[in-house]
Amino acid sequence: MELLNKRIIEEKLFKVLMILSLCIVLGSLFIIFGIVIFNGASSISLEMITQTPKEGEVLGGGILNAIIGSIYLALPATGIAFLISMMIALYLQRDFTPSWFSNFIRFTLDVLWGIPSIIYGIFCLMIMIYLGVGSSLLAGIIALTLLEIPIITRSMDEAIKMVPIGLKEVSYSLGSTKFETAMKVLRRQAFPGILAGVLLGLGRGIGDAASILFTSGFSNRIPSSIFDSTAALPTMIFNLYSLPSGQPKAYAAAFILLIIVLTISVASRLLTRRFKKHVIK
Amino acid sequence: MNTRKFRDVIGTKLMLIATLFASIIFFLILILLLFKSSLVLQTESITEILFSSTWNPDRGQFGLASVIIGTMIITGIALLIAIPISLLSAIYIVEYAPKRIRKIIRPFIDVLAGVPSVVYGLCAFLFLVPLVKDFIAPFFGAQSTGLCIFTASITLAIMVFPIIISLCIESFDAIPIVLKEASLSVGATKWETIKKVVMRASAPSVIAAILLGFGRAFGETIAINMVVGGITRVPTSLFSPGETLASLIASKYGELMSIPLHESALMLVALILFVVVFLFNILGVLVLRRAKKRWNY
Amino acid sequence: METYQIETKNLNVYYQVHNVLNNIDIKIPAKQLTAIIGPSGCGKTTLLKSFNRLLEINEEVKISGQILVDGKNILDYKGHEIPDIRKKMGLISQKPYPLPMSIYENVAYGLRIHSKKNKEELEKKIEYCLKEVGLWEEVKNRLNDPATRLSVGQQQRLCLARAIAVEPEVLLCDEPTSALDPIASQQIEKLLLKLKKDYTVVLVTHTLRQAKRVADYVIFLYFGEVVEQGPAGEFFNNPQDPRTRAYIQGDIS
Repeated sequence: MELLNKRIIEEKLFKVLMILSLCIVLGSLFIIFGIVIFNGASSISLEMITQTPKEGEVLGGGILNAIIGSIYLALPATGIAFLISMMIALYLQRDFTPSWFSNFIRFTLDVLWGIPSIIYGIFCLMIMIYLGVGSSLLAGIIALTLLEIPIITRSMDEAIKMVPIGLKEVSYSLGSTKFETAMKVLRRQAFPGILAGVLLGLGRGIGDAASILFTSGFSNRIPSSIFDSTAALPTMIFNLYSLPSGQPKAYAAAFILLIIVLTISVASRLLTRRFKKHVIK
Repeated sequence: MNTRKFRDVIGTKLMLIATLFASIIFFLILILLLFKSSLVLQTESITEILFSSTWNPDRGQFGLASVIIGTMIITGIALLIAIPISLLSAIYIVEYAPKRIRKIIRPFIDVLAGVPSVVYGLCAFLFLVPLVKDFIAPFFGAQSTGLCIFTASITLAIMVFPIIISLCIESFDAIPIVLKEASLSVGATKWETIKKVVMRASAPSVIAAILLGFGRAFGETIAINMVVGGITRVPTSLFSPGETLASLIASKYGELMSIPLHESALMLVALILFVVVFLFNILGVLVLRRAKKRWNY
Repeated sequence: METYQIETKNLNVYYQVHNVLNNIDIKIPAKQLTAIIGPSGCGKTTLLKSFNRLLEINEEVKISGQILVDGKNILDYKGHEIPDIRKKMGLISQKPYPLPMSIYENVAYGLRIHSKKNKEELEKKIEYCLKEVGLWEEVKNRLNDPATRLSVGQQQRLCLARAIAVEPEVLLCDEPTSALDPIASQQIEKLLLKLKKDYTVVLVTHTLRQAKRVADYVIFLYFGEVVEQGPAGEFFNNPQDPRTRAYIQGDIS
């Protein structure tokens, strides 16, 4: 019995450590939310979100330029990334390519997924400078697109892989071409997973600062063409967080960003659940 | 040829182009970085850059040793903290938590993973920095502005939690229940079963998770930049400021973009970052794939 | 007068809302081979797993009633005493599940947990167990190979060795031959006949012929209820319940 007691005590000890660890993890999350909401809520005002900074000053006015800038950056980027990722993900199916090729591509995508976003930013900047464009909305969009492609493709790929092979066979035996099957059957069946992937990419794109730091520049105004520099929520936080006079804006931006991320997370969960009903098991 | 067939062919070709495009990006980036760093490599030897600790671009000194050391310390500490906490949390979530709690916790972990780095940085700046400055550093007898290695490590550790936890949960879930039953029927306790059977069976996945966590930590730019202090000297204590490779790029890029030599030096830093993160990730992905193939009960 | 090692009184097992086992009252004689027979899905495995309290790792299972082992109700035991009960009962599953370790380590697993044996004692014990199940000659030169390299039949015998290494009193066997080819099945059956001299063997099987070959005592479980139980001779030659008769004749399966 002696030995049994020792083993039981060990288990109890580790159970305590486990719960402690979990508390640390969840606690961090709550602290983050607490800080952002607490500071952000007091900085958010109607003026803050509907005005741009006054001419010539970074401080003063609101952060509308950043909000619109972020939207102008993230939405097109996610849209383009979606199209490209969709094509890649469908192409990776066994019907189109030999498995050595698709495995290689999947591997490449996995590796691309882990590249620090600042590298994408530098890459894009160099290309844009070479093309004579410099830092601009366009550059930022491209950087974000590159960042999002591996993320979205991977999710889509997982979703499409789970489509039962019988479904594809049914489509082929009715005389569809591979492309048609891909577009009409696979896409619909894997829709929840695809949607989740896109939202994941969007969330990442809208929150990432490093890739747009140099590529999109900074501006007090809302961009009027894709060759303009633009502000964005993450870069605004990054630039203003340490200036006491800039902090209200930084908090407000962080608050909005966190709400967006949370909304995307919740939406992703709800939508996936809703659409899963239509999916054939 | 009819339109359907036409669409099929064009559609398929487009897909191929998209796919090739994605695979080439990696090489394009690599080539660009190599090309751009060649300038600085012509003026200084690679060994001098890597092993000298004086970073003073205005005087033509591009020693990265202090930054490299800073990076290794911060990444090392961050993972040292993150690995046990993440593992223990994952084990609890999969093996001990009642179903209801488990259902609630999973989304939380996902949300934690989705928080942007800037927000982590901001919170660390607002919460950890004063904490370190006023309480933790003095407790250890050190003076600090709070912008230091310690703060950066803790922040990074928290950012790495979700990655390791998610991968571990996936791996533990995949262990067939019957295996656990086999251990329990011999009279092992639940904890012993976890220690000896579950962990053993998921060891490759756990290693992969750690490697990927390393890669993430190594490449983290923004949050670290906001709290590490930005001083390119070898840190003398946990509470002194320092700098990491990724953070250096963010710090100095604006100043140095105008001078080709300086820019080239930063490109070299980016190249090193790129290669190291790539190696970690490739290892992690390979180990993960091998692990997934192995347990086909 | 036989001694009964295991007795259940009014045992009820619920999975979510389904009453999987309904008012089970059975007696299992010591040091004999008891076969639990019945159509698939009638709760045989559930009954078996209730004996070593393995059912409850699933949260949605509720158990009520009494399970007496050597007179004591094991359902009263608290959490930390459960590993001891499980040690007393060895469990062999349908599909052999060797632990992800070497052959040697598989057998050593239970030994290491329960007692501090030095290396010599460990080796002796492991050799003994492997000999008991007839595996020693086949594996003595590759004890450090991963257990997964063995054939299915060998793996099942390894699981038996692993189970008897911790010196249980009861062997719970859940259709141990259903995943094996006829030759391996025969080996296992011969083994069980040998082992029943030293252990109480409870064998779940859905092959009537297997039960006829090896059982001393039979329990017939039909849709979660005990229909009939008794010594094998009486059971097969003179079944009392019409359902038992129908099952033996093969009308229901």
